[in-house]
Amino acid sequence: MTGEPGLDRGHALDLLRQMVLIRRFEEKAAELYTLGKIRGFLHLYIGEEAVAVGTMQALGPDDNIVATYREHGQALARGIPAGSLMAEMYGKASGCSGGRGGSMHFFDVSRRFYGGHAIVGGGLPIAVGLALADKLRSRAALTACFFGDGAVAEGEFHESLNLAALWKLPVLFLCENNLYAMGTALSQHQAQIDIRRKADAYAMPADVADGMDVLAVEAATRRAAASVRDGDGPFLLELRTYRFRAHSMADPELYRAKQEVEEWKTRDPIARHVARLREAGSLGDPDLTEIESGVAAEVDEAVRFAEAGPWEPVEDLTRHVYAAVTP
Amino acid sequence: MGARGGPDQARVRGGDAMTKMTYREAIREGLREALSGDPRVFLMGEDVGRYGGSFKVTYGLLEEFGPERVRDTPLSESTFVGAGIGAALGGMRPIVEIMTVNFSLLALDQILNNAATLRHMSGGQLGVPLVVRMATGGGRQLAAQHSHSLEGWFAHIPGIKIVAPATPADAKGLLLAALREPDPVFIFEHATLYAVEGEVDDGAAPVAIGKAAVRRTGESVTLITYGGSLGKTLQAADQLAVEGIDAEVIDLRSLRPLDSAMVLASVAKTHRAVVVDEGWRMCSFAAEVSAQIMEGGFYDLDAPVARVCSAEVPMPYAKHMEDAALPQAATIVQAVHDMLGAHG
Amino acid sequence: MPILTADMSAGTLVTWRKKVGDAVKRGDIIAEVETDKGLIDVEVFTGGTIERILVQPGAMVPTGAVLAIIREEAGILPAPPPTISSPPTPAPAAAGRATQAPPQIPTAPGRQRISPLARKLASDLGIDLATLSGTGPGGVIRREDIEHAAAARMDAAPKEQRPSLDRSARFRQAIGAAMARSKREVPHYYLSTTIDMQPALAWLAEENLKQSVTDRLLYGVLLIKAVALGLREVPELNSVWRGAEAVPSPAIHVGVAISLRGGGLVAPALHDTDRRSLTELMQSFSDLVRRARSGGLRSSELSDPTITVTSLGEQGVESVFGIIYPPQVAIVGFGKIVQRPWSVGGEVVSRSVITATLSADHRVSDGHRGGLFLASVDRLLQDPARL
Repeated sequence: MTGEPGLDRGHALDLLRQMVLIRRFEEKAAELYTLGKIRGFLHLYIGEEAVAVGTMQALGPDDNIVATYREHGQALARGIPAGSLMAEMYGKASGCSGGRGGSMHFFDVSRRFYGGHAIVGGGLPIAVGLALADKLRSRAALTACFFGDGAVAEGEFHESLNLAALWKLPVLFLCENNLYAMGTALSQHQAQIDIRRKADAYAMPADVADGMDVLAVEAATRRAAASVRDGDGPFLLELRTYRFRAHSMADPELYRAKQEVEEWKTRDPIARHVARLREAGSLGDPDLTEIESGVAAEVDEAVRFAEAGPWEPVEDLTRHVYAAVTP
Repeated sequence: MGARGGPDQARVRGGDAMTKMTYREAIREGLREALSGDPRVFLMGEDVGRYGGSFKVTYGLLEEFGPERVRDTPLSESTFVGAGIGAALGGMRPIVEIMTVNFSLLALDQILNNAATLRHMSGGQLGVPLVVRMATGGGRQLAAQHSHSLEGWFAHIPGIKIVAPATPADAKGLLLAALREPDPVFIFEHATLYAVEGEVDDGAAPVAIGKAAVRRTGESVTLITYGGSLGKTLQAADQLAVEGIDAEVIDLRSLRPLDSAMVLASVAKTHRAVVVDEGWRMCSFAAEVSAQIMEGGFYDLDAPVARVCSAEVPMPYAKHMEDAALPQAATIVQAVHDMLGAHG
Repeated sequence: MPILTADMSAGTLVTWRKKVGDAVKRGDIIAEVETDKGLIDVEVFTGGTIERILVQPGAMVPTGAVLAIIREEAGILPAPPPTISSPPTPAPAAAGRATQAPPQIPTAPGRQRISPLARKLASDLGIDLATLSGTGPGGVIRREDIEHAAAARMDAAPKEQRPSLDRSARFRQAIGAAMARSKREVPHYYLSTTIDMQPALAWLAEENLKQSVTDRLLYGVLLIKAVALGLREVPELNSVWRGAEAVPSPAIHVGVAISLRGGGLVAPALHDTDRRSLTELMQSFSDLVRRARSGGLRSSELSDPTITVTSLGEQGVESVFGIIYPPQVAIVGFGKIVQRPWSVGGEVVSRSVITATLSADHRVSDGHRGGLFLASVDRLLQDPARL
């Protein structure tokens, strides 16, 4: 297909490795949650790996990223070390947010990763602001804003798309449509379920891609990003995907049929990518083993790092409420 | 340009570097200085540009600085406040105007969950140097949805700072101080103050945030207030003076952080305190001041701290009803009388 | 039982999806557990064979309890489960710091630190605040201090100034309030012992032959000194109750209960009782009695006692169990000296004996310690030359 990145073997294997890392990291996180090491809420990205990995290919180090509370995939794909993320979920001071945020609030300013937001729709205005700052400072960068299908119901979605389009801000709105806003199916909360079409109301270009196909995601995101970088204003890209696990660890999934989940699992992005690579002769069993064992080692190391990390001293409780130095 | 009559015509140049100007002009001066002096500063809000500002504060600034620096926004409080937060994260120094505190409720999520929280939640990586200005208060027969005084709600939140200038000099001084803060500052401008005149030092330094001001010294009772209630409190003090009761009036200027040291020092002298606050009495900001006086100055009190606040009602429209709901000089005087009468 | 929801502490095993002998691999669903969020699948994170099932369907077990044992495949060494490291328990001081009240500013000089309640009470009772020092934090004058002063004042009132019936009633009220509070708030326990006073009285008689009439020692001084020395051995009875704990007093000041003509009791301190000679104590005691009856006691004498000794010997009572006078934590009572049959060397003889009692604050001491104290007093009184 034209416009798609060529199946460069190195690149393709790298995409696979990144997806496998996310998968195994999330599985380990689930296990640690049941052991009480990770507390609070845990929202797993399993099934959606192609979205984080594919989109990240179109972003550079100068671009900003705003994400949701289901942001482990984006954080790992962005290059935040797994240990730093695991330690954050443990609540350790060596976590990326100093142990202050936990699973839902990963921040890494050095990688322009602006969270980790727990209020649905709450990150969109911030993304608009970051893009506004870049435009005012003539900084050639875009702001990628991840949000789910649930967020399109919030006022902020509409206000933010409108404002970004009105002021021609370089925002790449990335909607991870996994068909459920916690327990409410898209068809149950949207009169217009074709999310991509909502951009029409704001005279904004939009597209949709198969979120279970990492190469399709990459291709679509590159096109969308190019449009934003060209100065054409914001773009809405809808990625159709599915989460194989519950909304969070505490969800008995009464709202969807197990059969539906099984059907989507046949479209597992990792399995699909592996199959494609095998077919193209780019991947053999030794490659897969190497990737899996490398990832396993990375995840184990992340857990060790988290286990060994220090707790923030309670005396520092009021630190960082305000800046340390006030004029 | 200038068809409506420039506001400059209203200014009278005083001696030295002091100029007499209105509260709104003082803010405008502050905005102008900020926009001229720092390319990172820009304004954002409803009708701040073409309309000239709903309270005429930003009048002329669009023409002077252009649409990139003075931005009219859609009626999207949540998003343009959130965009202010994002722009601050991105290195700018936005000054967001929420037309009135009544509309700020739409932006409370961005204010509380983002502006106030990002620094702590990110482990210190992020700071939000954002300034938000809002008109506040009642007294203009605008009825229940347009007359709120919610400073107390905002002062409840750790991570942000709250100021309420009561004079033109402070309106400019606190704005300039707010722009230097690395953390979000919310400036509450009582809508009845915009036309009030006062002396403003041209070369004024920013007014320190967190420092109250003694507007009138006295020995018999301390009247503590802020913002739009200062005028009434001073009136009450004048009336009390005629009766031989010498009141000290403290203008808090900052609500968070609160200058409890100055308040306590005054109470140590007068042994009596009345807090005047336009918010509703229950869970008011006045309740906080009262608690702090109790904690820090219990043994200096000869009487319980009194509060003069708004009645626990949605603001009515008819003038006599609205007047009855709000603190007035007469009710402040009465509170002092009650205090002196009952406790000697 | 895994932790499946944010604050789960127990779960009910509803169904086993596998049975003993089944092979499982990582990711398999092995059971269903009922939580307060509903029925949730439980997955396994290791591979192997189910060897034993320990929890039956329907059982509710706490999180962390073992549900089943899986024998992992030979050759696959599982990573040891991470050790549980709980976060450090927050220092209460650190937590308190975040919500601390603003620091108290120093009161203007010349202004007394007194609570409104105390001020009102003082006004009602006619207590002169200038004479008072407070026992609250930082020397604040509190209600107790007024009550205490009122109790002393009533009895120390000069003879000429006949308190009106009204005032006398109020003084009694204040004392009564203090006593009632003591009974209400202090868990008293009581011990008594009978002490052979023969050696002490014999010694006293001999000593007094050597003295002039005015310097004669009364036996009461021996009792007081024995109490003071006994407190050295059981110092917790010499504590002062402050707020929520007993603070040991560095010095021993026995308060001696002195009855006043016209009714009432006052118990001023004999300072450093344990370190003074019997002669000195006798002189001080006489002086206290004189001043108590003429209204010349100092307020410090009223607030300094670390323990009180009361004696109703003169009234003919054999034993007295007093009410502890807060903030003290004990009160010692002595009855009259009586002749009673006593066993000496196996023979029954008539001896002078006295009943000593201890009423003590059970928050601070227990019967064992109280008993040791009374035993010490007894022992000390058997060797009066050493007092």
